[in-house]
Amino acid sequence: MAIRERLSGNEAMAVAMRQINPDVVAAFPITPSTEIPQYFSQFVANGEVDTEFVAVESEHSAMSACIGAAAAGGRAMTATSANGLALMWEMLYIAASSRLPITMACVNRALSGPINIHNDHSDSMGARDSGWIQLYSENNQEAYDNFIQALRIGEHDDIMLPVMVCQDGFITSHAVENIELLEDDKVKSFIGEYEPDHYMLNSKEPIGVGPLDLPAYYFEHKRQQAEAMKNSKKIILEVAREFEKLTGRKYDLFEEYKLNDAEIALVIINSTAGTAKTVVDKLRANGVKAGLLKIRVFRPFPAEEIANALKHIKALAVMDKAESFSAVGGPLFAEIKSTLYGTADGIKIVNYIYGLGGRDVKADDIETVYSQLSDISKTGNIGETYRYIGVRQ
Amino acid sequence: MAYSLKEIMNRPERITGGHRMCAGCGAPVAVRAILRALDPEDHVVCGAATGCLEVSTFLYPYTAWKDSFIHSAFENAGATISGAEAAYAAWKRKGKIDETYKFIAFGGDGGTYDIGLQSLSGAMERGHDMVYVCYDNEAYMNTGIQRSSSTPKYADTTTSPQGTVLPGKQQYKKNLTYVMAAHGIPYVAQTTLTANFKDIHEKAHKAIYTKGPAFMNVFAPCPRGWRYDTPNLMQICKLAMDTCIWPVYEIEEGVWKLNYKPKKKLPVEDYLKTQGRFKHLFHKQNLHLIEELQKDIDNKWEDLLKRCGEA
Amino acid sequence: MRNKNTKPMTPDVKWKEITPGGMIFDAGNAEDFKTGDWRAMKPIWIIEKCTQCMLCPPTCPDMSIPVKDSKRLDYDYDHCKGCGVCVEVCPFDAITFVKEED
Repeated sequence: MAIRERLSGNEAMAVAMRQINPDVVAAFPITPSTEIPQYFSQFVANGEVDTEFVAVESEHSAMSACIGAAAAGGRAMTATSANGLALMWEMLYIAASSRLPITMACVNRALSGPINIHNDHSDSMGARDSGWIQLYSENNQEAYDNFIQALRIGEHDDIMLPVMVCQDGFITSHAVENIELLEDDKVKSFIGEYEPDHYMLNSKEPIGVGPLDLPAYYFEHKRQQAEAMKNSKKIILEVAREFEKLTGRKYDLFEEYKLNDAEIALVIINSTAGTAKTVVDKLRANGVKAGLLKIRVFRPFPAEEIANALKHIKALAVMDKAESFSAVGGPLFAEIKSTLYGTADGIKIVNYIYGLGGRDVKADDIETVYSQLSDISKTGNIGETYRYIGVRQ
Repeated sequence: MAYSLKEIMNRPERITGGHRMCAGCGAPVAVRAILRALDPEDHVVCGAATGCLEVSTFLYPYTAWKDSFIHSAFENAGATISGAEAAYAAWKRKGKIDETYKFIAFGGDGGTYDIGLQSLSGAMERGHDMVYVCYDNEAYMNTGIQRSSSTPKYADTTTSPQGTVLPGKQQYKKNLTYVMAAHGIPYVAQTTLTANFKDIHEKAHKAIYTKGPAFMNVFAPCPRGWRYDTPNLMQICKLAMDTCIWPVYEIEEGVWKLNYKPKKKLPVEDYLKTQGRFKHLFHKQNLHLIEELQKDIDNKWEDLLKRCGEA
Repeated sequence: MRNKNTKPMTPDVKWKEITPGGMIFDAGNAEDFKTGDWRAMKPIWIIEKCTQCMLCPPTCPDMSIPVKDSKRLDYDYDHCKGCGVCVEVCPFDAITFVKEED
């Protein structure tokens, strides 16, 4: 029987870490992810895990220590947010290109500057091309479930890539909600033992990790890394199906909410999907055919599946909780637009930048977006595609 | 067992030829001396900061390291090796590994005195059972001889060039060994290449087999950057010790010990004149700078003698 | 220099066959790479003058003075780069330093 609990998103991820009992957790405090290493170090202090908790002096060293630990053959994980993730930047790429399946709890927070501790997605969106698999979570339950699935995905033989599990800082990281936890032994058997083919602490086969790689070989390594990311879509789904058998909770590459007959829809990431769902329900009650698509897997980007799910939509709003300063829209918008190009060209598509630096996103804001979509759908006039919601005009 | 060079040299090499370090480089000589101090039956995971040693010994698809080796970036050799050591510690706790492993990180002065100082300091403070070895060649040699905080005052480098107004680097060399001693870790040593390699061997053995973190600073000349003829490697190391530019000492559990006191302390110009990077100091208008350097060396030597109870 | 299938990594290796992440599974294989052709000068060991004092082998940056049973052997010219450090440290003039012949 599953365990019914009330936990914050941070505590849920820390509990997942305890149940996983990794070899090394190396982390540095940064709001709003700080609680994860706090909870975890208490598990260490109480002897509830065998993990070596490495209280590093920076996030750069956190990721470096995870790289050393994973190359040694251990399970390694960390937690961070915003500037902490930015300080890891260099090492994110190195973890991925070295094919080390490290797991990270990324508690999304606005990236400085100006410095701000509240939620948006500028941190993990900035890291979207670092070679990490990215899973996003609407609520505490999803953060917990994604974190446990992350190991199975990253450590799969055909993948061997690090995985970042994201949730919204404060909104879900600090909000206590009901949650269903797995029993410790079920987590243990679900994740299994990590047995890499090659690792540094194998006395029978000492190995070298991270050599200078010149033009004769570098390109082949990158091509192979890209293939691992392509392969991961299938594995993410396989792991999700197995997880569903265990828990009854169904996961996919994305979630479709009242989307199959929708005429207007949003594409959205993380906790705001919860707000948007209530708006969809309200609009549906009024006869408006609204729906939404919530991204779970942003890397690899499930382009084909998304195009298929959206192809019947008349007007679509892509909601970006991050700027990209490309001067044409946010990062999710760019992905969705290129996904639909040539596959669903008839869709009227606009972009909304919202909620930056923790600006509240209310049901009214989402309703405004749907109402503007209705107008676009009726008139066929798109107007400006690079829009904002919630900024004072 | 007393040190015997003849016996020690029978140990199998743990780093091979075929690496691409320049002819006459001091760094691989230091590295192989350190690795000889490992008990042959013990395993080791080595790592290095980005730098000459790393790119030259670890160029895909080749590695000169016979043991497991990791490079991840420039500023984090301390943290990277500390992570590997942490995984080993967890495996020991879980009973997942029987063999004995040792952990050694190498970095040049760029990766150690400068960009990697924070990572080094953190790894040492946390108490990992590991050794960090700096091969100090007093500039960023891998990128083409730029000054570091380890470059001695008035040395000519490509970012502290001697010119018509400035006679080379304007700052004194950072005393990193003192900085590491201030960490209060079990073992800190400063050494170089001596004729029978006894000093570096014994220090490496202590560093590796003392439980907890240890730091070694090894003076390792660079013929290209310092501009001297490659055969003079060992002579330059000897002059560094005899002029007290690079004293050889250790700090074991807080106790300072001088390991070599020259019978006759030589004037600094005996050292400076062997290297092209100091050539401009011998121009008439710069001779007073040599006096200034001498005074500084004398003061620092006196300070060290006091710390070692030799004054 | 091998991947899972123990295939050697050469510049014609295809991306599907290359070792993942640039890992090297053949520790110490740099020995296969010859640096002897870097030499402009060449050390010559004069065995008759050698006292086997052992001062030269540890000074070699290229591990090119092999030692067996506490005695040095002749140079490993496959790897010796001709730096001449050993020439300078020999107290017995048992090593000469000559121009490398083509």
